[in-house]
Amino acid sequence: MTTMIEVKGVAHTFGKEQVLKDIHLSVQKGEIFGLLGPSGAGKTTLVKMIVGILEADQGEIFVDGEKVPSLELMKSIGYMAQSDALYHELSANENLHFFGTIYGLRKQERVQAIDKVLRIVDLTEHVNKEVQKYSGGMKRRLSLAASLMHDPKLLILDEPTVGIDPVLRQSIWDELYKLKNAGMTIVVTTHVMDEAEKCDRLAMLRDGYVIACDTPEKLKVSQGVSTIEKAFLAYGGREQ
Amino acid sequence: MNVGAVVTRIIKQFLRDKRSLALLVIAPILVLTLIWLVLDGDDYTPIVAIENVPPPIEEALHAELEEDVVQMSEVEATSAFQAGELDAFLTVTGMEPKIILEGSDPTANAAVMKAIQSAFSTITNHPSVKPSVEYYYGSQNLNLFDQVGSVLIGFFVFFFVFIIGGISFLRERTQGTLEKLLSTPIKRWHIVTGYLVGFGIFTIIQSLIIVAYAVYVLDVWMVGDFWQLLIVTFLLAITALTLATLLSAFANNEFQMMQFIPLVILPQVFFSGIFNLETMADWLQMLSKFMPLTYGAEAMQQVMIKGKDLWDIWSELAVIIGFAALFFVLNILALKKHRRL
Repeated sequence: MTTMIEVKGVAHTFGKEQVLKDIHLSVQKGEIFGLLGPSGAGKTTLVKMIVGILEADQGEIFVDGEKVPSLELMKSIGYMAQSDALYHELSANENLHFFGTIYGLRKQERVQAIDKVLRIVDLTEHVNKEVQKYSGGMKRRLSLAASLMHDPKLLILDEPTVGIDPVLRQSIWDELYKLKNAGMTIVVTTHVMDEAEKCDRLAMLRDGYVIACDTPEKLKVSQGVSTIEKAFLAYGGREQ
Repeated sequence: MNVGAVVTRIIKQFLRDKRSLALLVIAPILVLTLIWLVLDGDDYTPIVAIENVPPPIEEALHAELEEDVVQMSEVEATSAFQAGELDAFLTVTGMEPKIILEGSDPTANAAVMKAIQSAFSTITNHPSVKPSVEYYYGSQNLNLFDQVGSVLIGFFVFFFVFIIGGISFLRERTQGTLEKLLSTPIKRWHIVTGYLVGFGIFTIIQSLIIVAYAVYVLDVWMVGDFWQLLIVTFLLAITALTLATLLSAFANNEFQMMQFIPLVILPQVFFSGIFNLETMADWLQMLSKFMPLTYGAEAMQQVMIKGKDLWDIWSELAVIIGFAALFFVLNILALKKHRRL
């Protein structure tokens, strides 16, 4: 079995607004899968369901063959939300120790994991600095580090590079490729088209449906266009 | 292990937030001191009516109170009491001085007693002369701060724990860390228990400092056991904490949390014993039965003024613990809004 995530007919409503209507998706093990769509398309809602924080009104989601939500599954999922979700009064080291403990890591394991994840996001020299003294980009990277503490088999990143400069964005993507090569499955949401091109496969979300799902190259070719942006518009136009 | 992690994190965070820490301890002390200054002053000059008082005593009283000594019969004094124009009536029959105190204002009572006693001590060779004291409006021999001090300690502990506990739990949600926590395998009751224990440690310290300050520095009337009073205060603080974290689930920001103060906190003050409950309408008295502070204030008054033991006030304590347990469970349920598991 090589499927990591299977989304079957998921629909979800907030109040009167139906955010997701009928979502079908499957994500393979070891790929970087992109969820592309305008803001408000339901990307965050969908990833929260995969993590298990939200539950779908209809449909089911399986991660590695197990139905979500499941506390057992959460041990092997790393989630980086849109907000940085860090304790500002605490240092990077204390934040990571805290999340490590919650994930059930022992002291020795935490020390090793902190060393490793801080090197990945290049924050080793700021380990004892309080988070409130961090810049926006540093907080984003620390947030990524926190979601890597327990070496998850599935990493879910909600808009990971928002507000991050191009150089840093490139270095984060380099790290994502390394993690992927080490066998990690990664789901990334984005509304930035050029970032979508970096994914192995891409699902385009619009008006509560997946309007297209394939590799960036094939999406472009099938619409006879040169950029993902044009492909997105072409698919969206066909729907309406 | 998870609970422990939450507890140590809260302690570290809180120790770095010096201002909030100060609010928890210094603010109640400051307000208590202010109220003490207002209520505990005895510069009030009472108006005393006299009848059949030997001239030397009358002179001594005039020296104490200047013009505020008037001649009146007991019947006249009674109507003056009812009109609120007189603080006390003094008469001497044989060798027995008799004082009738108006009684509703402890400050005035104290001032009258002081004036009369010093008047007697200047003219008699027997300073041991004990006037018989009656209250027109029955009252104890306490000053106002002694009467409400116990309630105030309870109220301020409740109030400041409510604010700080509520806002830090709220912040957990607004800064996204609650969602992050819920994306981990932590159980909901781990989070709630972590908050309870983490903040509980600070409320123990807070209760200790405030109770010690009130009893030993402000010298509020206290005949009960210090440690038993501390336990009552602590239980009340825990109730405030669980209520605060519960209500913070229904606030979207700090300002909305503040809006709970007039809705939830202030009404409790009116029912906590500062004002006489028995004169209120029945339905209002019923309402007070649903307020934790009613039981907390009652328990504190029993310990401080009447010197009762925890065993004597077990029913109040049981209700307070019941409230805390109820809020604790509701907290865990309220987190379901964010994650079902």
